[in-house]
Amino acid sequence: MTHFRRAGAMVALGTSAALLLAACSSDPEPETSGSSDTTSSAASGDDPVTLTWWHNGVAGDTGENTLGDYWDKVAADYTAEHPNVTIEIEQIQNEDLQRTRIPTALQSGDAPDIFQQWGGGELAAQAEAGYLMDLSEPLAADVERLGGAIAPWQADGVTYGVPFQFAVEGIWYRPSLFEAAGIADEPTTMDELNDAVQKLKDADIIPIAVGAADKWPAAHWWYNFALRSCSQDTMNADTAALDFSDPCWLDAGAQLEEFLGTEPFQDQFMSTVAQTGATSSAGLVANANAAMELMGQWNYFVYEGFTDGSEEGIQALHDDLDWFPMPATASGEGAPTASMGGGDGFSCYKDAPTECADFLSYLVSDDVQRGYVEAVGGMPVAPSATDAITDPVLQEIAAASSEAEYVQLWLDTLLGPNVGGALNDGITAQFAATGDAQNTVDLMTAAAATQ
Amino acid sequence: MTTLETSGKGTVPAAGATAPAAGDALGQPVSKHPRRARLRLIGELALFLGPALALFLTFVVYPVISAARYSLYQWNGVEQFSDATFIGFENYARALFGGTDPATKDAFTTAYTEPFQAAFTHTIAILVLSILIQLPLGLLIALVLNRRFPGRASVRVIMFAPYVLSEVIAGTMWLIIFDPNGVATELMHAIGLNPPAGGWLEDQTWGFWTVFFIITWKYIGLAVILFLAGLSGVPQELQDAAAIDGASWWQTQWRVNIPLIGPTIRIWVFLSLIGSIQLFDMVWVLNQGGTTGQYSTIATYMMQIGFFRSDWGFGSAIAVIMFMLSFAVALFYMLVVLRRDNTDRVKKVKRA
Repeated sequence: MTHFRRAGAMVALGTSAALLLAACSSDPEPETSGSSDTTSSAASGDDPVTLTWWHNGVAGDTGENTLGDYWDKVAADYTAEHPNVTIEIEQIQNEDLQRTRIPTALQSGDAPDIFQQWGGGELAAQAEAGYLMDLSEPLAADVERLGGAIAPWQADGVTYGVPFQFAVEGIWYRPSLFEAAGIADEPTTMDELNDAVQKLKDADIIPIAVGAADKWPAAHWWYNFALRSCSQDTMNADTAALDFSDPCWLDAGAQLEEFLGTEPFQDQFMSTVAQTGATSSAGLVANANAAMELMGQWNYFVYEGFTDGSEEGIQALHDDLDWFPMPATASGEGAPTASMGGGDGFSCYKDAPTECADFLSYLVSDDVQRGYVEAVGGMPVAPSATDAITDPVLQEIAAASSEAEYVQLWLDTLLGPNVGGALNDGITAQFAATGDAQNTVDLMTAAAATQ
Repeated sequence: MTTLETSGKGTVPAAGATAPAAGDALGQPVSKHPRRARLRLIGELALFLGPALALFLTFVVYPVISAARYSLYQWNGVEQFSDATFIGFENYARALFGGTDPATKDAFTTAYTEPFQAAFTHTIAILVLSILIQLPLGLLIALVLNRRFPGRASVRVIMFAPYVLSEVIAGTMWLIIFDPNGVATELMHAIGLNPPAGGWLEDQTWGFWTVFFIITWKYIGLAVILFLAGLSGVPQELQDAAAIDGASWWQTQWRVNIPLIGPTIRIWVFLSLIGSIQLFDMVWVLNQGGTTGQYSTIATYMMQIGFFRSDWGFGSAIAVIMFMLSFAVALFYMLVVLRRDNTDRVKKVKRA
């Protein structure tokens, strides 16, 4: 589902049990910061507090765990300054964490104090069930500082979480293949994109790779068409009310069908997964078998995973890999510069000590965000941390994020697992030519009627 | 169980005396201290049955009851179950005929009833096809492997190997073979044919048959090994007698061996029926029943809709329907088909 996409190479995709096991078994023991052993009350006069923290930074195939290591460091730095606080970290594989561990923990009433939060519909459901701490007050200054990116972590105007990473998606491409097909400029409109697709086909190059077997990579094409055809107001109102009767939703499907009609994707795209193996969509692009792929910034690191891992190998890839925002469509109510995007954040459990909010505030502070960029290569939320990005492509993505008129959260995340899942099923059926634009809207409407 | 007891009574009285003792301990004071004996019996029962019963109640009975309870609610799995809305049998209605509300009937029929019917149809098709195809095939292989020929042991091991492999490993292996650029595709190209247009597993027509092929490959080993075990129990004298009467190999198999392994075949059919209804892991590893559900089974559909779509009440209703189906099939088969094996033996014993 949606959240298979995860920052970079640490994506241990669940298709192989071996991978899953490796991911789950890595570093299960909670790591307690050693610095909190010193006299607990002397420095601040506060009572000793223990914060439990569940995040998805697990070791990848290579055994490296840059995100997990960075969070260890952040926790150690924080506890050094606040000797009364002890932070117990548990690293849990992403799908396990989101689908099993967090829901079960919340149900049982014994949830971790800080846990991964993907925002959108899931956050809204958790907030409605009363599991989440209201962070509006303690994080007021941070909400101000972080700007619009925090919206998916709010429900009904209340802040229930903070993102530490947020980025827009766009089209990754191989400039050498563009050159071979005689494409001079990055496409900025759908017509130019269609033109580029034709030129690539004429040059016997697969124009666009898509991992439709995983459903969500295919669904993102529809999201972007919906982003262009629905105005921001319609999108906000309809996704909140779960009413998809506005014709713009149907139009998104119609545009997708028209685009599918140009056959821009590789053969057997329904059998192609997104990230695992050389025949995955990422593998096709990384091995220069396909020219383009619509993906988020995390795919930069997924592509790197297909190199031999050496400095030269990665450099060679970077030299022939570029990015442009999703092209604008000829018609539609949505802003041409609007972008789809998403991120990762954290929430505090309702019974967590007040130090939880303070720690989250520290976690999204400018310095920690800058360190996050340097250590992990992620896309920071704090605007003043973007200057820490040195990679030109990631700089380009950051620029697109800030220049976008507005950023729309992934629709499946926004709508939550039920309606969002129905949406992805409908779009996948359109890709497989077993359903039409109306079917996609119908499936969403039906799912909305069940909740 | 009844066969054991009846046969015991008929031939070996000593064994018969101990067998009913467990049940009739009170009527037969075997000990000088009947009370102590009774306590001891209870102790033994608790010791031997207790752990199994506790596990059974905790991990089978309780979940079944819970699922039945959840299936009557509209529950997203996030909120506390106490906050869920009671909707009666609406989840079942939604799965079976689009729900009772005329306003949403059409939408629910497309969104829920049709995918469920597709999953149901696939499950039944696998159930029927398993028996129609795997039974004759497994029997044929077993009969051939029952003959002596050089390398028989290795062939037997090879036949059984897929069954020993874990579903996840076997599934991943077939995913690689049926990859768009995998071995199967290359092979088809090499002999000048085109692989299914939508991909081996994702093609709307071929997807199901590819999966059925994989299932047959995976589970035929069990049929073969069971049939071989049955065949090894057929007395050599019968075959010799048939040979003396001038029966050909086929006649010997058809009139002697196959009728005599009838009970084994019927047990295999039973295992196959239950296995087909509950088929999950292999199909799940092969991309979760297909991106458009072209080879979904009831179990994978339940997982998709209940777990990944957070529609827990509806998913539970599917689970209960699946439970009822396998329960009904198992009960019917036990009563109608397997009873025959039991009564057969009793008759034989009486005649003897």
